[in-house]
Amino acid sequence: MGFATRLASVLVLLAGWQVAASAAGSRLLPAPLAILDFIARESATGDLWWNVGITLARVGISFFLAMTLGVLLGIALGRSRRLNLVLDTPLLILLNTPALVITVLAYIWVGLNEAAAIVAVVLNKLPNVAVILREGARGLDPQLEEMARSYRFDRRTWIAHVLVPQLQPFAVAAARSGLSLAWKIVLVIELLGRPNGVGFAINYYFVQSLNVAAILGYSIVFMSVMIAIDILILQRLEAYVRRWR
Amino acid sequence: MPVSDTADAALRVEILRKVYGGGGPEPVEAVRDLAFTVTAGAITCLIGPSGAGKTTTLRILLGLDPDYEGRVTPPPDEAGIAMAFQEPRLLPWRTVEQNVRLALPRPARAQNLDALFESLGLTPWRGRYPGALSLGMARRVSLARALAQKPRILILDEPFVSLDDNAAASLRGLVVAAVEASGMGVLMVTHNVAEALEIADRLLLVSGRPASLLGTIALDRPRGQRDRGWVEANRASLAGRFPGVIAS
Repeated sequence: MGFATRLASVLVLLAGWQVAASAAGSRLLPAPLAILDFIARESATGDLWWNVGITLARVGISFFLAMTLGVLLGIALGRSRRLNLVLDTPLLILLNTPALVITVLAYIWVGLNEAAAIVAVVLNKLPNVAVILREGARGLDPQLEEMARSYRFDRRTWIAHVLVPQLQPFAVAAARSGLSLAWKIVLVIELLGRPNGVGFAINYYFVQSLNVAAILGYSIVFMSVMIAIDILILQRLEAYVRRWR
Repeated sequence: MPVSDTADAALRVEILRKVYGGGGPEPVEAVRDLAFTVTAGAITCLIGPSGAGKTTTLRILLGLDPDYEGRVTPPPDEAGIAMAFQEPRLLPWRTVEQNVRLALPRPARAQNLDALFESLGLTPWRGRYPGALSLGMARRVSLARALAQKPRILILDEPFVSLDDNAAASLRGLVVAAVEASGMGVLMVTHNVAEALEIADRLLLVSGRPASLLGTIALDRPRGQRDRGWVEANRASLAGRFPGVIAS
């Protein structure tokens, strides 16, 4: 029932789009079929999957780095009042710096290269992850802490069975919101200073030919990939960490 | 089981003073002059009104609070004291069995615990998560976790509170059976005198805020022969002698 409703809503949307596009008859509002046609041609040349693959690799690497550093930083901030006092303001500044500013500065200071792109994404995403995990580390159950101390849990046991399970829901939440944030930023970074990737391709078709079918085609393919990752990997991970509830 | 004063003290407690907020404007004295021993093979009940500093005392015994004046002499063994908290404090993301095993030192985790789970009626629940258990069952798991340590001293903090009569009675029976089987000493903290009169060998009566010892009473009637009439008569007499401690 739920699935049928979702499918119907998508089909109605597509039909309405097709009708509107036919009525307008402009290449600035291409019909869904025109976009499908572009996707087929672009993937036949291999360009589409090359660009999508490169963007995916950038998202993957920077996502991994930002999650790892952000989780560690967040735990440290949540457990050390002093460290939090030292880093809270810089974190707040970073959290409120526009992605565009961080990106431009990274390209200027690090150079117009891959490392700068990765640094820019990590710096954009890391504060979000750290803030979410800080909340998690602050909310650790003091009763379980006492229990663990009274039973002399060793450090490994405490980390694996007391700390990590309490932080898992926060880490998964940070991963889900972080993944969508990361890929949106990666596209901007590619548009500003990379010679390949989905962001580059969209910019190319925008500047060269105002090819809206191409812009939408790239966007739809990449969004589909990211949604698939969210559903197939992250949502399952979330269900797994909540299995005991 | 009569308890003589010469029975070996497995745990010796002398708290001269415990103050909260010592440096602040209004320090609160939680404990003053509370000295007692817990002997092996016997159940000692610490009775006092709610909010009397009983939990503070337990935290000191467990070494969770080093900030007090006095001295606690625990049993010499490494795993000398095990505690079943008032709230079961189980890891909700680990199964019943994992909760018991993870509290053991690493080398002891693989041991066979069938007899322990069986004796507590937990065998069918070993693979379940704590969220699926009633409070009574969760308390049993918490007791199993403490008993698995094979402690010299078992501490129980209000172990029967908020249980229905049947669950409380069956858990009491399990505690008594465990003590009699192992010879460990039990320190049980409660505000319920009738409950203490049913299973204790010795009562320690503690005043409220600051907690300090008012009296020690040895109960010499064997546990099996304490009927309702005996419990009620003793409760009434204690309520007369210690009106601030025991509600009549």
